[in-house]
Amino acid sequence: MSIYFDHNASTPVRPEVAEAMLQALRDLGANPSSAHSEGQRVRAAVERARAQAAVLVGAEPRQVVFVSGGTEGDHLAIVGSAWAQRERGQHVAYAAIEHHAVHGAADVLERLGWHHSVLPSDANGLTPPDSVNDLPSGTTVLALMLANNETGVVQPVAALTARAQARGIRVVCDAVQGAGKVPVDVGALGIDYLVFSAHKFGGPKGAGALVIRDRAPLEPLFRGSAHERGLRGGTENVPGIIGLGVAAELAARGLAAESARLLELRKRFEAGLKQAVPDIVIHGAAAPRLPNTVNASFPGARSDHLLLALDSRGLAASAGAACASGGVEPSPVLKAMGVPRELAICAIRFSLGRTTTEDDVARALAIVAESVKAARKVTVPS
Amino acid sequence: MSRLRVLAAMSGGVDSAVAAALLAEQGHEVTGVTLRLACYGKTPLSPRACCTLDAIDDARRVAQTMSFPYHIVDAEQVFRERVMMPWVDGYASGRTLYPCASCNQHLKFGDLVTRMELAAADRLATGHYARVTREPDGSWALRRAADAGKDQTYALALIPYAVLGRVLFPLGELEKTAVRAHAQRLGLSCWDKPESQDLCFVPDGDYAGYITGQLGETRGTAPGAFVDERGARVGTHRGVIHYTVGQRKGLGVALGERQYVLGIDAAANTVTLGPRAALARAGLVTERVNWLLPTAPAAGTRVLARIRYNHAGAAATLEPHADGGVELRFDEPQLAVTPGQLAVFYDGDRCLGGAPIREAVGTPRGLRVSAPAALAR
Repeated sequence: MSIYFDHNASTPVRPEVAEAMLQALRDLGANPSSAHSEGQRVRAAVERARAQAAVLVGAEPRQVVFVSGGTEGDHLAIVGSAWAQRERGQHVAYAAIEHHAVHGAADVLERLGWHHSVLPSDANGLTPPDSVNDLPSGTTVLALMLANNETGVVQPVAALTARAQARGIRVVCDAVQGAGKVPVDVGALGIDYLVFSAHKFGGPKGAGALVIRDRAPLEPLFRGSAHERGLRGGTENVPGIIGLGVAAELAARGLAAESARLLELRKRFEAGLKQAVPDIVIHGAAAPRLPNTVNASFPGARSDHLLLALDSRGLAASAGAACASGGVEPSPVLKAMGVPRELAICAIRFSLGRTTTEDDVARALAIVAESVKAARKVTVPS
Repeated sequence: MSRLRVLAAMSGGVDSAVAAALLAEQGHEVTGVTLRLACYGKTPLSPRACCTLDAIDDARRVAQTMSFPYHIVDAEQVFRERVMMPWVDGYASGRTLYPCASCNQHLKFGDLVTRMELAAADRLATGHYARVTREPDGSWALRRAADAGKDQTYALALIPYAVLGRVLFPLGELEKTAVRAHAQRLGLSCWDKPESQDLCFVPDGDYAGYITGQLGETRGTAPGAFVDERGARVGTHRGVIHYTVGQRKGLGVALGERQYVLGIDAAANTVTLGPRAALARAGLVTERVNWLLPTAPAAGTRVLARIRYNHAGAAATLEPHADGGVELRFDEPQLAVTPGQLAVFYDGDRCLGGAPIREAVGTPRGLRVSAPAALAR
């Protein structure tokens, strides 16, 4: 049985979630929009899930719109908000370290005539709050991730948001990696929109939520029906939404204990890595990070080689963000942090999770040591 | 055979897919790997069977069907440095290299062998049609495939002797039809994929267009003189990169008798033309030979020599040179001895080794017509 250190890519579905989803598939066959009792039963289950989702991020249930996941949530928030504010300006901004989904949403707007700015990252992977002051007037939307998917670095979202709002800029927070791993409170962050995805914390793939603070403007993208208060047309993914709700409730309930447990495991893992590979470079080490994420470069061990070696020995990890073509292009996130190419192409992301045990950490350390040794023997130009 | 850990090179084509799948079916622990070589994303909708992201998808699907792990390894830089640019330099200097041989030498049986330890692999498997046998004296022998029409030993002649003991060629004993039948039986979606014929990095076979267009190469593109065997100008050529020795088509000259390219002199920017009979050469001299033998053969060794991929072979005698190359004397003169192509030597079905051809020797009139030695290396 291999060791799974790729929880930032996706997590195993929690048994309680699977059970609730199975039950929904068996028993909740009606359409939640139907007026009859069967429909009402399904509607009630969806609304229960909405309340559970809201609790995870300190929102009101009425502020939660169910979507298919992070990418859709980012698109709906960024495109929908920019569109709703088009009279105020046609400029949006996002941090250099944002997920592809945010770049994609900005690209949609670009094609429609908007322009965009990119906030820099410092060497620790943090977006400097004062960089907001450099945004051009007419900027209406700023997208910021709560925690970076590759480095786990937790961003100064509240400070960035305060500066944005002083300039009348609405803030979209992509909390896909943060929600369920660290406490999230939309009120404390002050943001206008928040996106999260169920499969990052024990829920199913294909279910996510967009939280829209009261009075934040939004044009819906999927139209033609009144689902989700008219903000997201389409018959609800009922089993997915129910799974999201259960996963959110379980994550919220165990958050403090689980994040403390993961932090201990990660510390142990990092200490072991440093011992085995003294010249290791841990990216974002000086910044606040998610308790589960280690992004490290092993100089001289190219990441595609290292991944092959790790996988062959039973450890699942990832090279920065999953890349379709598997090349050795340095990750844009590490690039934005100023990590030199020769180091960036040797980066591996390990992300621990609910199923990770002390024994996993010990076994993983042995595998990493052996794999780095093997990968360093492959000396080809790159 | 006991259970082996095998690193299987997968190009996305049916041959390497079946090679890997058969090993997995036999119970070996297979890890599939595709070398990402070049041109991905730059050739949209290429109908060609390899060298696109589709190839990666196809290879991955095979791994999924057969339930073994699959990885992609980047080799673009090495491919460019060791295979593609030498091939381009060759064209620009009037030599027609055979890049598949250098790809096998440097990437598949060079760098990939060094990657075996990543997967803790005992063996490296590919979909080549060739066989490896252990000889009574303990040496390894590379032998022609059972399917003579598919035999790929010519393309393997430059691989290091030392890797023969570590490679598996599961298709060596199979006919191509049987390979497709296996693919169909195993439910591999690539079973009816077309054969790849041309160079994987030149999608449409237009080498000159690729070299000038994709690579922005300007060497060898200046028009110059077509000359006859006595050096008299008989026309204008379009630049030496458009020609290879033995070429008949696309010359655009009418001189009564059908004309062939006899030689290319990039330094003088001339292309020599002449009748078919004038292509005949009594022998050739090679660059340093890669011997697939524990020790190089003695002077006077009789071999069958193939001087291009589809050449049936000609009886010849080897004379080793001090620089590691050989001089080869054909029993009968051979047509179109092309500098840059490989000369590969056989004893029966055993491939003894091979080397790039430096120059042809012994024209009917005793002249040497080939790329000047200064450019040949």
